[in-house]
Amino acid sequence: MNRRSPWLTLSALAVYFFLYAPIVVLVLFSFNSSRTNIVFEGVVNRGACGPFYWFCQLAGNNDVLEATRNTLIIALISTLVSTLIGTLAAIALQRYAFPFKRTSEAMLYVPIVIPEIVMGIGILVFFSAIFRWLNANLGLQGDARLAMGLTTVIVSHIAFSVPFVIMIVRARLHGFDKSLEEAAMDLGANELVTFRRVTLPLIAPGVLSGALLAFTLSLDDFIITFFTTGPGATTLPIYVYGLLRRVITPEVNALSTIWILAVLLLVFISRQMERRSA
Amino acid sequence: MLQKLRQDARLQGLLLISPTLLWMMVLLIIPLLLTVVTSFGQRDTDGNVIYRFTLENYTRLIGFTAEGFDPLYFTILWRSLALALQTTVVSILLAYPLAFYIARAVPKRRNTLLFLVLVPLWTNFVIRIYAWIMILRTQGVLNSILGWGAGLVGLPFTPLDMYPSQGAVLIGMVYEFLPFMILPIYTSLEKIDGSLFEAAADLGANALRTFLRVTLPLSMPGVVAGTILTFIPVVGTFVVSDILGGRQVILVGNLIQRQFLEARNPPFGSAVSILLMVMTLFFTLYYTRRFGFGEEITAG
Repeated sequence: MNRRSPWLTLSALAVYFFLYAPIVVLVLFSFNSSRTNIVFEGVVNRGACGPFYWFCQLAGNNDVLEATRNTLIIALISTLVSTLIGTLAAIALQRYAFPFKRTSEAMLYVPIVIPEIVMGIGILVFFSAIFRWLNANLGLQGDARLAMGLTTVIVSHIAFSVPFVIMIVRARLHGFDKSLEEAAMDLGANELVTFRRVTLPLIAPGVLSGALLAFTLSLDDFIITFFTTGPGATTLPIYVYGLLRRVITPEVNALSTIWILAVLLLVFISRQMERRSA
Repeated sequence: MLQKLRQDARLQGLLLISPTLLWMMVLLIIPLLLTVVTSFGQRDTDGNVIYRFTLENYTRLIGFTAEGFDPLYFTILWRSLALALQTTVVSILLAYPLAFYIARAVPKRRNTLLFLVLVPLWTNFVIRIYAWIMILRTQGVLNSILGWGAGLVGLPFTPLDMYPSQGAVLIGMVYEFLPFMILPIYTSLEKIDGSLFEAAADLGANALRTFLRVTLPLSMPGVVAGTILTFIPVVGTFVVSDILGGRQVILVGNLIQRQFLEARNPPFGSAVSILLMVMTLFFTLYYTRRFGFGEEITAG
């Protein structure tokens, strides 16, 4: 089976080309000198920034800065919470027997087997009903009224990332030698010390990959954010989507280029960390 | 109290999972139930839900209106299913050779090759679609290249009208979800014991026969997992069709979105959403019963 047919190599290369061509185009056009950005008219060279003209324009765009800030706040908080409660749940599912265990496991599969839009709509219906009821019963008026915003996006992101965190941490716990914990207890460590000094360091790589997945899921999410966001809580994907329906300038490409570089850097760092801890 | 907790493992387990359970209850189960309730409700002129029982949303969905029978929503449903099916088939055809190639590579290179599959996935969902606008539009990259090629051989060339169109939506869908097909297929191919190929060769099977009788059946769990991971998101998305299909390609996702944000009819939107959920649950159930539940779905 070591003989590889040239056709196989060729088709693999073709698929890689299909995967990468759009990204190359995207990056290339962020240096376009044409503002309409339909045809590539050479590398832009304008102002103090030269070829990075569109990147500089971006830095002065308040909408983009605000969307970036929102995106990061949402991703950071939802990652923190979902990693914390997801790790606890993974330990419970892997180590303990408790009532409704099967039901809990089934429930965690639901976000994976239903289309995202169904979950997004559900949360939208839920929050609209709750907010309407609260606003009416608490007599909230004007700006004091409860409405969709950063908070609703964050709690929704936690809900869809927790199952993935649990899946990854559980996989790590699965290959875990329980006798190490027993040894620590035998040597006189209490539960808390054992957890901190033995269990946590051993599952840390799993927790870290879980956190990283939660972070990227949150950064990338469009559909659930779309239905749970409100005024002042625009994220980058929502912002770009809004632009696509109107006008497209090389600024959007510059934004995409930065995005790709940032995510690659993030992935690279996490791989290095994983390699070191492995 | 604390003493009791220390001794009761069941209580400890329940305590550890309770934050997650609570969260999923409030943000998944209750919202889904509320969507079911809403789908049997009515609305006032502002688009507020009135919780008074009616079957009207479902009869409208089936096609019975005041003006008679109209299969409009059936057409949308059918189009979404057909597109999801096409996307899945094209994805399998593209993903299989690549997954096979990676699985056959020297072990040291496999990780790098897999990593290369994942990189496009880390660019943003919306940005990936945007890239295809740049490529497919009338004066876009693809037409420029084709025009340049035609010029070289001296053929007349009229730019192809590729965007917006249903074909563009198909390309966009395949592009969005292809890595989700490649990864599980790779996982199941990589697991196949190499000695099986030797055995097949010893018994006189040629390469094609080995592939059809050994490789393909053993990689089916990966194909099943990949199909679930592709079909479900494709059947529900509205972004790809919205951007690459212009306003012509209306899928279930677009229908739902518009009921909530434009038509201001949450009860009808909820009914469509529930129908979509029931359909995908049936699909997953039938498909996994028929072909087995691939553990690759979690490994991928």
